[in-house]
Amino acid sequence: MATLDSKIPEGPLADKWTNHKNNIRLVNPANKRKIDVIIVGTGLAGGSAAATLAELGYNVKAFCYQDSPRRAHSIAAQGGINAAKNYQGDGDSIYRLFYDTIKGGDYRSREANVYRLAEVSGNIIDQCVAQGVPFARDYGGLLDNRSFGGVLVSRTFYAKGQTGQQLLLGAYSAMNRQIAKGKITMYNRHEMLDVVVVDGKARGIIARNLITGEIERHSAHAVVIATGGYGNVFFLSTNAMGSNATAAWKVHKRGAYFANPCYTQIHPTCIPVHGDQQSKLTLMSESLRNDGRIWVPKKIEDAQAIREGKLKPTEIAEEDRDYYLERRYPSFGNLVPRDVASRAAKERCDAGFGIVNNSTNEGVFLDFSSAIERYGNEQAHIRGIHNPSKEKITELGEEVVASKYGNLFDMYQQITDDNPYKTPMKIYPAVHYTMGGIWVDYNLMTTVPGLYAIGEANFSDHGANRLGASALMQGLADGYFVLPYTIGDYLADDIRTGPIPTDTPEFDQAEKNVVDSINKLINNNGKHSVDYFHKKLGHIMWNKVGMARNAQGLSEAIHEIAELREQFWKEVRVPGTSEEFNQELEKAGRVADFLELGELFARDALERNESCGGHYREEYQTEEGEAKRDDEHYTYVAAWEYTGKPSEAVLHKEDLKFENVELKTRSYK
Amino acid sequence: MNLTLKIWRQKNANAKGAMETYQVENISPDSSFLEMLDILNDQLINEGKEPVAFDHDCREGICGMCSLQINGEPHGPGRGITTCQLHMRKFKDGDTIFIEPFRAKAFPVIKDLVVDRSAFDRIQHAGGYISVNTSGNTQDANGIPVEKHNADKAFDAATCIGCGACVAACKNASAMLFTSAKVSQFALLPQGRVEATDRVLNMVKQMDLEGFGNCTNTGACEIECPKGISLENIARMNREYLKASIK
Repeated sequence: MATLDSKIPEGPLADKWTNHKNNIRLVNPANKRKIDVIIVGTGLAGGSAAATLAELGYNVKAFCYQDSPRRAHSIAAQGGINAAKNYQGDGDSIYRLFYDTIKGGDYRSREANVYRLAEVSGNIIDQCVAQGVPFARDYGGLLDNRSFGGVLVSRTFYAKGQTGQQLLLGAYSAMNRQIAKGKITMYNRHEMLDVVVVDGKARGIIARNLITGEIERHSAHAVVIATGGYGNVFFLSTNAMGSNATAAWKVHKRGAYFANPCYTQIHPTCIPVHGDQQSKLTLMSESLRNDGRIWVPKKIEDAQAIREGKLKPTEIAEEDRDYYLERRYPSFGNLVPRDVASRAAKERCDAGFGIVNNSTNEGVFLDFSSAIERYGNEQAHIRGIHNPSKEKITELGEEVVASKYGNLFDMYQQITDDNPYKTPMKIYPAVHYTMGGIWVDYNLMTTVPGLYAIGEANFSDHGANRLGASALMQGLADGYFVLPYTIGDYLADDIRTGPIPTDTPEFDQAEKNVVDSINKLINNNGKHSVDYFHKKLGHIMWNKVGMARNAQGLSEAIHEIAELREQFWKEVRVPGTSEEFNQELEKAGRVADFLELGELFARDALERNESCGGHYREEYQTEEGEAKRDDEHYTYVAAWEYTGKPSEAVLHKEDLKFENVELKTRSYK
Repeated sequence: MNLTLKIWRQKNANAKGAMETYQVENISPDSSFLEMLDILNDQLINEGKEPVAFDHDCREGICGMCSLQINGEPHGPGRGITTCQLHMRKFKDGDTIFIEPFRAKAFPVIKDLVVDRSAFDRIQHAGGYISVNTSGNTQDANGIPVEKHNADKAFDAATCIGCGACVAACKNASAMLFTSAKVSQFALLPQGRVEATDRVLNMVKQMDLEGFGNCTNTGACEIECPKGISLENIARMNREYLKASIK
């Protein structure tokens, strides 16, 4: 059994990373050429790590299930990336970014990791600008910033509503340079299906070529998992359709502990569910909360009239609107963190004030009319228009809003057929990001030596709730600036190892497991499609392990998921063969893993008898309905060890020590 | 809505393909086009038949994975959207819809509606980057001011999602819009000017090697591009190419 040693360096918080870098071992350039590293996943974390390790001289093999690394789901991140540059002179600093992140995570993350993240954040922006990432700029040619939830400064860098795309294309371009040089070998349309452990060390992977169906062996001196989060365990989420937990779950089954699976972020501003034919949910960027005001009607009969189509939101008078975030949280208002905003929306909808005409009536308004009026007046003033008409103000204001959020408004209109300039958007929370993930130490190594996890795939930096625009920051920090240093310390032992052979019993056995499991799925010939089971799992997860959880519901969920899993293996039907391009087979393998992960997820939620961040247990709340932590008993990371079944996973605890910040009740009032 | 679908089926790259006819019923006009195909596939699986293979991933118009030639148009009717953003309300009850893969010599079919677009990656390998190391020790981000006008134009070019609609729309199957978007993004930024000459020559050379056709300025690519990448970028690439060639 591995022990949980977080390997946090000694010394004052602000010096830890610098000291650590000075003390860890390096690999000389000639020796790096003898070392192979496998990176699975090519989003911001995997892409940046692949480029950087290749640049340093290692031989990198990178894998992605998409047809190109440029398509990883990091590309869909909209709003921005945080960095403590203090370009706006509004009092930002490394410490403040660190503090906001610790507080935003509801005091369930590691101080040292978070401080390091804040410390390298500025380098990310420098790096990306050097790569030609076209961030938004002011007329003076310098970079622009905006504000995000849970903070009181403007530290978010952005490229309209496509920041993730631009950052990913930056990392992709850095990869392309190395692919051209032959330092990265790229395996597109490949899916990792197992990790190979030799003498206790991660030494390779088994992957399936998704075009031919061929099962391949790939060896390396270290393996890096950068495969993102597991939000699709809920079926409906803002993740890409292919986003999956398979790589993370397979390494868990080979000895990597899985940490805090119950910490899931439900993003407050997504387009509500329209019906049961729906396949995924679409996010509307948090940046919209800079200018949009969230409300529901004050009168329950108005809410009903809106649902029935008898009343339009624009017909409801100002005094009959409940801007519930501004009411409950005057100091942060519409920019409270995501977990708080999501729960507040649920509270109003549960009370009967939801405004969407679907089976659950779940939805609230996000209204831009105040912003349009404010910007319109400002523009009229700038342009010297005296006594502008209401129409002129609206026209000018809409131009400003279009320049800031145009693509998001267009996206909204495409999906809903409503014009958000003229009528408020309808939004509701949806599963978006998973803070939990593979347990890693300060060096981003898992409990399996030589196996690393970076980006959303690990659990490390966001505690129980992630702040907006911090996912991009963490992905790139891990890939560009942390892993490339820390992995050298481990690989320094491998300079004389030579290439790892793949004709060994360990590879034989891992490949056999993969082939057996594929054959079982293909030959099962059951009566239901994979999606049938995935939807059922999602239903259990959303209703009993979603935004609000309680002991009874969680116990039921654990039971129901185990039953569903049994039914899946009896009754799933996967058409076609394993020796061809077979998308149903790909999905089946992923859903099989979600059916195990979901159970551990619910167990973790049941075990944590407190509310913190995205984990809200109905039994543990304040009189005002806010999350109530139990610092005395739960200030730890729950790291689960696989022992054969999710129901028999063993819990290990890593105590979180707070030496630099005081644990407080998180207040945004 | 009830619809008749005529879909290209092709077992693999070497097999001969053909159009086949399917019926779907009770489709909600609020469903997306790909959700409609999900329903068809569920139906086919339940009937013991092989589902239709098609590429898709983010389903919010940004990853560039989805494709499809729908009623003869890349990404179907509607402007400025990808197939995954196309909703069934754009069609009428009783319609017959033709669904084919993107057609181009440089995009061979893998299966059914899935094509191989790795030629685009290879064009990027030839020069779609700025040669800086990822050390983070470059100059401060604000040390390189960029005129807002150019920054905005570079951004517009950089929003290309690499889906291949431009190639599928072009009667010559030209990749000029795709290639010029990357060339333009870097040509417009001071960071990218340093190696602009080599970049344009190398990327255009690779584009020709991949078997894409020539540009005859028809402009179909710009109309079908889901991200509104402008033809201006092709003009800019031509200027860059000319300058580079006579250097």
